[in-house]
Amino acid sequence: MVMKKLINDPKNVVNEAVAGFEAAHGDIVRVSHDPMFIARSDAPVQGKVGIVSGGGSGHEPLHGGFVGYGMLDAAVPGAVFTSPTPDPILAATQAVDGGAGVLHIVKNYTGDVLNFETAADLAGAEGIEVRAVIINDDVAVKDSLYTAGRRGVAGTVLVEKITGAAAERGEDLDTVVAIAEKVNSRVRTMGVALTPCVVPHAGEPSFVLADDEIEIGIGIHGEPGRERIKLEPADAIVDRLLGPILEDLPFVSGDEVLLFVNGLGGTPQIELYIVFRRAAEVLAEKGITVTRSLVGNYTTSLEMAGTSISVLKLDDELTGLWDAPVQTAALRWGR
Amino acid sequence: MTLNDQPNSALADAAPRLDAAWTVRWIRRSAEVLAANRAALNTLDREIGDGDHGENMDRGFQAVLPKLDALAEGTTPGAVLKLVATTLISTVGGAAGPLYGTAFLKAAGAVGAAESVDAAALVVLLTAARDGIVLRGKAEEGDKTMIDAWTPAVNAASSAQAAGSAVGTVLLAAADAAADGAQATEPLVARKGRASYLGERAIGHRDPGSQSTLLLLRAAADVLATA
Repeated sequence: MVMKKLINDPKNVVNEAVAGFEAAHGDIVRVSHDPMFIARSDAPVQGKVGIVSGGGSGHEPLHGGFVGYGMLDAAVPGAVFTSPTPDPILAATQAVDGGAGVLHIVKNYTGDVLNFETAADLAGAEGIEVRAVIINDDVAVKDSLYTAGRRGVAGTVLVEKITGAAAERGEDLDTVVAIAEKVNSRVRTMGVALTPCVVPHAGEPSFVLADDEIEIGIGIHGEPGRERIKLEPADAIVDRLLGPILEDLPFVSGDEVLLFVNGLGGTPQIELYIVFRRAAEVLAEKGITVTRSLVGNYTTSLEMAGTSISVLKLDDELTGLWDAPVQTAALRWGR
Repeated sequence: MTLNDQPNSALADAAPRLDAAWTVRWIRRSAEVLAANRAALNTLDREIGDGDHGENMDRGFQAVLPKLDALAEGTTPGAVLKLVATTLISTVGGAAGPLYGTAFLKAAGAVGAAESVDAAALVVLLTAARDGIVLRGKAEEGDKTMIDAWTPAVNAASSAQAAGSAVGTVLLAAADAAADGAQATEPLVARKGRASYLGERAIGHRDPGSQSTLLLLRAAADVLATA
């Protein structure tokens, strides 16, 4: 596979993308380039719990696209697929601390967890109360003593939106943490890769799939999932993803859910709606009602073709927070 | 090394204690070795991780070099180790940054303001470094991580020191044990880190963190031997 990318120097991919993001969305965010983080333009908001997330770049719009009113106060982008170091996480934490404490929303990847932990220790030493919620929505990985635990994937978007709304409403740190944990405990995700992605500085695919193969249970950096199978029709693939998701929580007849069909970067919207159609059909058959939905590229893996399906069990509290106004580069409504 | 190594060997006489100058030479040698092994570590990491371990370690140690030049006269091993720690934490990223950063930070704390390190203090230093990694990463021996190189190295260093060996012999024992430990990660299934998602597909591949640990400890022994 030839690397054909719209880039200049691979070393400048993140810097130049963040500069472009700043130029495009200066009404919503301000950018610190060194240490690098993206903060909402009015941060710190006095008396509000600050919410910081971050991780390797290459998953856009996660996380910078979710900085703004009603969602994240800051996002810290690392190198492509590499966790940011503690310094910029600490700087972002300080920049959004409005005196009510700061929540770190961290995807469960070892590097992210360790760097955010180190940053939280440093922030704590400076008198900022920091709590962390680790997102682990990926049912493809067995959560056991024998793995680093389930990965944090597209469900992170839902956690960030709902938790951000709670913080915007003025909830205190304990409540905001509890809501983040509640969303994480009720959302399940599984993905599939049709083609691999190419990390710019590596210049070659992160993994190899034969022309007729797909990987079920893929992680958002191309880490392997449950099994590699021959390509099937969309409906069969959706069934393979949705089955483990529904069994896991489990989701049962009578549940009201948010159905989120996420594109991994290289799959067109038209195919995502084919996926959504089948997923909604299966849920309806099981007596599960889709009351909220999200379809699009929100947690990507560079140019990987594929999708992930997330199902979040809603209640009145979560539905209200989902509907609350949000104004970020990637999600905007109600304001 | 053999059991016949005597404390009065040329090796032991050359530097019975490790001072700040030795610590600086060790870090410079480590930077050289990591640069030379950058591609090899990336390859190990691509097989069972995300392919950037060599990249990240090289970036971190290259960032340390100019800071070593700026160190004041009369510095201590602890001060050098702390400088390495803070630089790695802020430049490496991934999992290796906080893990090695914490290791060097705990090592620095273990030696305090001492002007030099003897064999007993060296064992304390290595133990503190290993304990720091365990504290941060929560890995145990057999999880297919850098701990599989560190713990045998600490044990071997401790045995060598208890048997009366000088620092050179203690460092060699640590490096040799780390080499065995790194090799022993190859047949394992990973239980920590990104390789754990591979399950049995990780079998047959060496853990890249155990390899970089081996390189660092080997550099420490080599620097003393060639001093």
